[in-house]
Amino acid sequence: MTLTVSRREFLKVSTLLGGGLALEFSFPMLSRAAAGGPGTEVNAWIVIHPDERVVIRIARSEMGQGTFTALAQLVAEELDCDWSRVSAEFASPNENFRRNHVWGAMSTGGSRGVRTSQDYVRKAGASARQMLVTAAAEQWGVPVAECTVDRGVITHAASGRKLRYGQVATAAARIAPPKEVTLRDPKDWKIAGKPLHRLDIPDKVMGKPVFGVDVSLPGMLHASIAQCPVFGGKLVSVDASAAGKMRGVKRIVREDNFVAVVADSWWRADEALKKLVIQWDAGSYAHASNDTVTAMLQEGLAASDLPQARMMGDTATALKGAAKVVEAEYHAPYINHATLEPQTCTAWFKPEGFLDIWTSTQDGEASMIAAAAASGLPLEKIEVHKMMLGGGFGRRGGPQDFVTQGVLIAKALPGVPVKLMWSRSEDMRHGFYRPASIVRMKAGLDAQGHLVALHTKVACPSILKILRPAALPKNGVDPTAVRSFYDMPYAVPNQQVDYAMRNGHVPVGFWRAPGQQNAFYRECFIDELAAMAGQDPVAYRQSMLKEDDKNRLVLEAVARAAGWGTPLPSGMYRGVAVADGFDSFTATVAEVSVNAKGEPRVHRVVVAIDSGYVVNPDTCRAQAESNVIFGLGSILYQENNLKDGSIVESNFHDFRLPQISEMPQVETLLVPTGGFWGGHGEPAILALAPAVCNAIYQATGTRVRSLPLKHHDLLRHSSLGNEAGVT
Amino acid sequence: MLELNVNGRIMRVDVEPEMPLLWVLRDHLGLPGTKYGCGISACGACTVHLDGEAVRSCSVPVSTAQGKKVTTIEGLSKHGLHAVQKAWIEHEVPQCGYCQTGMIMATVALLEKHPQPTDAQIDEIVTNLCRCGTYARVRKAIHALAKS
Repeated sequence: MTLTVSRREFLKVSTLLGGGLALEFSFPMLSRAAAGGPGTEVNAWIVIHPDERVVIRIARSEMGQGTFTALAQLVAEELDCDWSRVSAEFASPNENFRRNHVWGAMSTGGSRGVRTSQDYVRKAGASARQMLVTAAAEQWGVPVAECTVDRGVITHAASGRKLRYGQVATAAARIAPPKEVTLRDPKDWKIAGKPLHRLDIPDKVMGKPVFGVDVSLPGMLHASIAQCPVFGGKLVSVDASAAGKMRGVKRIVREDNFVAVVADSWWRADEALKKLVIQWDAGSYAHASNDTVTAMLQEGLAASDLPQARMMGDTATALKGAAKVVEAEYHAPYINHATLEPQTCTAWFKPEGFLDIWTSTQDGEASMIAAAAASGLPLEKIEVHKMMLGGGFGRRGGPQDFVTQGVLIAKALPGVPVKLMWSRSEDMRHGFYRPASIVRMKAGLDAQGHLVALHTKVACPSILKILRPAALPKNGVDPTAVRSFYDMPYAVPNQQVDYAMRNGHVPVGFWRAPGQQNAFYRECFIDELAAMAGQDPVAYRQSMLKEDDKNRLVLEAVARAAGWGTPLPSGMYRGVAVADGFDSFTATVAEVSVNAKGEPRVHRVVVAIDSGYVVNPDTCRAQAESNVIFGLGSILYQENNLKDGSIVESNFHDFRLPQISEMPQVETLLVPTGGFWGGHGEPAILALAPAVCNAIYQATGTRVRSLPLKHHDLLRHSSLGNEAGVT
Repeated sequence: MLELNVNGRIMRVDVEPEMPLLWVLRDHLGLPGTKYGCGISACGACTVHLDGEAVRSCSVPVSTAQGKKVTTIEGLSKHGLHAVQKAWIEHEVPQCGYCQTGMIMATVALLEKHPQPTDAQIDEIVTNLCRCGTYARVRKAIHALAKS
């Protein structure tokens, strides 16, 4: 055991030793922080070592979005330390619980990692800086005001004396934190705002064991799981007579809704799992299919007395008086997150009632709570070791099913660490899917084609109802289901948005930018209206956005950068869309061609994003690139179909991910205007699908009103084929 | 008992001959840098080298690897980082990083065969799947390596 550096780590070691067993698993990042002698915890976020190394604690999870580094940059900026000596580690969920949530929320979703913690992490850095300077001033017997700091060196200019942070950290830790601190103006940033190298990348390119699936503990066993193919079904019986005799198999664990095989390697567990003869009670959804989902959503659209997500003006009257009324219906299917690292959880019931969990989680505290519920142990006896995530995208935050299962399996083998990993087919067929939805929009236009009334009906399962029922507003309107409509920025005097919550049995979840299908529906429909009015799609949108609306600013920025209105090579077509979300504003122009076989190709995507401030421009650009390719798969071919109550797709042969050959050229314009903090993990996906589909309309004359594109005949039509219904 | 040459070391392991090389590496030899993503050769997260050729170890029975040199991400470079790993850091290629060890192994094999690869050759050979969307940077890093 080497983690004996700080008070916090002392606590952690105590917990582990209290369980009677020392931990032999080493985290590359922790061991690096721990090497070279003890450090001092100046405050919960910052440990400073005598050799000037600074360890910054990160409460949010890292799934590739760069938060691990961006938050460290913000702390280091205010601390004013030497960035080359900075490393980062995850804060402990157990300690957060015991220390009265000193690190705030650990939940990592909704592009919140930086934007909702920037204030208190910067204050933590500034507070520690002040304590360190005060300690130096006290040692010298000079006023604090006479001391300056630069990269971890405190200077008293009048006497020419200098002290390093490492020399005063112990004294600083005893000083009461200042009641108020002044944060730096972002224009003065030296560490934040810069495209610094990410702290987690070296370990990842070396193949160090940083992910949940990489956990290795003494005597550890491996588990593979089978869940009822029909969501909500139950296990009836298992014949394990063949499987139980297979090499390496240690235990068959039967639970209410799954069965798992535990063996001495994962492959042996999985091979034995395939030999189980399992009887399931599929329950009442054994015959659910795409058709029953469609029927459920259509029934929702037809229902009266739906709750409203927005009521502005008098939409019904305005529609009656409109010169033209246009109606269209749009649809998008269920889609799995398909994180490349399957769901995983290692659990270890130790003597004396301690439980340790290692998992790839977007919310370490939610993992701890799930482990407590499944184990019956109190929270203080549970530690969750947060691992790097092999992709998250919303799959590993709200739902903690993998932790519940991991704990239940390990509970059957007390004293033995057991690592559960799902097979790809389990992962594909037991997700928390992007909801399938149908939206009907009815627009009233005046004689000039201006949009004067918009009535939108959304039929969509509720993510909050499934995953966070307490957060569902009383009127039953899930904001993730009506995104982009209830908060539409266009100045349309009469707006009504009705929401039909229709849930079905397929679990839905926070799939990257939850509710982003609505941006596709809205921005494609707006494009239809612009075409009908004979107006340019950019100009039509501009006319509905106030001069200083940030949606307008990003729209204009992207149009300029993409060369909107300038000629394109033969066969190339542009589409545009604008959307805001996660407190950021984005607009996208896509350049698309469709070949003689009707196959679309996206060549270039220009994204403009205004997030207020930018903490690491390189990782923000990487997130835009990520949103483009993640979104592209869902536009081109991804869908999860339902047959006999179960998901049809099982692996990447029938749920394709785009390859390198399909990656468009992505140009990201970061246009931060300051004064607010927006996210980067999700916003850039919002305007992608509509920009691509609007370009496809230009290329083919076909209005794409449902995704994925693989179901559409995109051969160029001689005349504009499928205009929206005009009355 | 099977005898394997992994990263220049002779290792003996008592496993079924049909066990895929991936699981021998991960669960029996303590080399977790090689990842499981699909088990059907679709994603390439499990890419290792067999006698210098990139293979998808989830679909290679361990018996096939006998008598051949197995190289994993852990053994890619004997001294410090391999040039491809350095380029990956320099160009900030990984996001979540889960697919990247396989991506790096595929790239090393590509560059051995085609030191100056065209875009078409990259498309044809580096078919590993990345869910995060690092492809633009993978390509950029490969071209930078080809120049250096």
